Amino acid sequence: MEAYISLFIKSIFVENLALSFFLGMCTFLAVSKKVTTAFGLGVAVIVVLGISVPANNLVYHNILAPGALDWAGFPDADLSFLRFLTFIGVIAALVQILEMALDKYVPALYNALGIFLPLITVNCAIFGGVSFMVERDYTFTESVVYGIGGGVGWALAIVALAAVREKLKYADVPDGLRGLGITFMSVGLIGLGFMSFSGISL
Amino acid sequence: MASAKEVKEVLFGPIFANNPIALQILGICSALAVTSKMENTVVMCIALTLVTAFSNLFISIIRNHIPSSVRIIVQMTIIASLVIVVDQVLRAYAYSIAKELSVFVGLIITNCIVMGRAEAYAMKSPPMLSFLDGIGNGLGYSVVLLTVGFVRELFGSGSLFGYQIMSLASEGGWYQPIGLLVLPPSAFFIIGGFIWVLRTFRTEQVEPKE
Repeated sequence: MEAYISLFIKSIFVENLALSFFLGMCTFLAVSKKVTTAFGLGVAVIVVLGISVPANNLVYHNILAPGALDWAGFPDADLSFLRFLTFIGVIAALVQILEMALDKYVPALYNALGIFLPLITVNCAIFGGVSFMVERDYTFTESVVYGIGGGVGWALAIVALAAVREKLKYADVPDGLRGLGITFMSVGLIGLGFMSFSGISL
Repeated sequence: MASAKEVKEVLFGPIFANNPIALQILGICSALAVTSKMENTVVMCIALTLVTAFSNLFISIIRNHIPSSVRIIVQMTIIASLVIVVDQVLRAYAYSIAKELSVFVGLIITNCIVMGRAEAYAMKSPPMLSFLDGIGNGLGYSVVLLTVGFVRELFGSGSLFGYQIMSLASEGGWYQPIGLLVLPPSAFFIIGGFIWVLRTFRTEQVEPKE
């Protein structure tokens, strides 16, 4: 149990997907002008990461990993070179299914997340989270914890940035730096803040 | 065949005038984490330029046969297959670099530059021009990445491509490295600075006041 809590904390703060691995940067910079939209996107990322990391974990360990096709009578098969194609397909399909299911059963949530869901398919944070799961060889339970933790970390970072940018509107920024430039610098500063968590181990 | 002027525009436009990172906010996603060393940066730039160029070429060749309702899936499949090729080649011939780049090679798939150019340019342009557009945007991305990598490695650890340029104080030399530059957040400051410099010289890129 302690190991899972430690992994959870680590994936939120120490190894923040957005601020220490630069994942999901495009959406991170483009959709962080308002706190409310940033929050909506953050929740969508948590949901999608929380589902797609464990789902891809199952796919990888039962179909793609070297020797995983033993149950189907192919003990020598190694399909791991197909993993990029498979993961992106699984993610796209999951997002599509999630969108349809939400539309049918939880319309309120669908309306809140609606526009963000398709965007998320190409969000590097999702694909990055899945790739890290494979690289670090997480078990199924660990991948659930890691998926949710990574999502929470990303959501936290984008809400923080959006709050900073709302205030930045009133600042007198040099012409060349206005907009994108100053946003990059703010992300750098938030990143430095998050770095103070590194070295924490529970 | 397109005129020479058009070719030049397509190939060199994205480097400064319409830089994918500084102006279009595309493709910052995966790449910044690999800029702490020049060697990795160069490999990443070559990989991304090749993938963008060839995905543009192939998508442009079949652009009139793709039904628009499934175009994203078709584009994704082409891009993912190209990235698999790049990944397998790196694993075969440059294993140590492939290990260091870890997941970031795979992340070329979700790099917005590749998708963005496929969607915005290759879907409505002839194959040769699309190919050049891919190379041009790859170069624009490389310029930013190489600048960041150069600054980070030279001033962060006093070396370039792994060769010691400035002898470090810790080894009896004179240069006290700037530790901040080795850490991930420094990349943001350098890119912010790059954008500032670029927009000082090209004032038409300055964003209007809100």
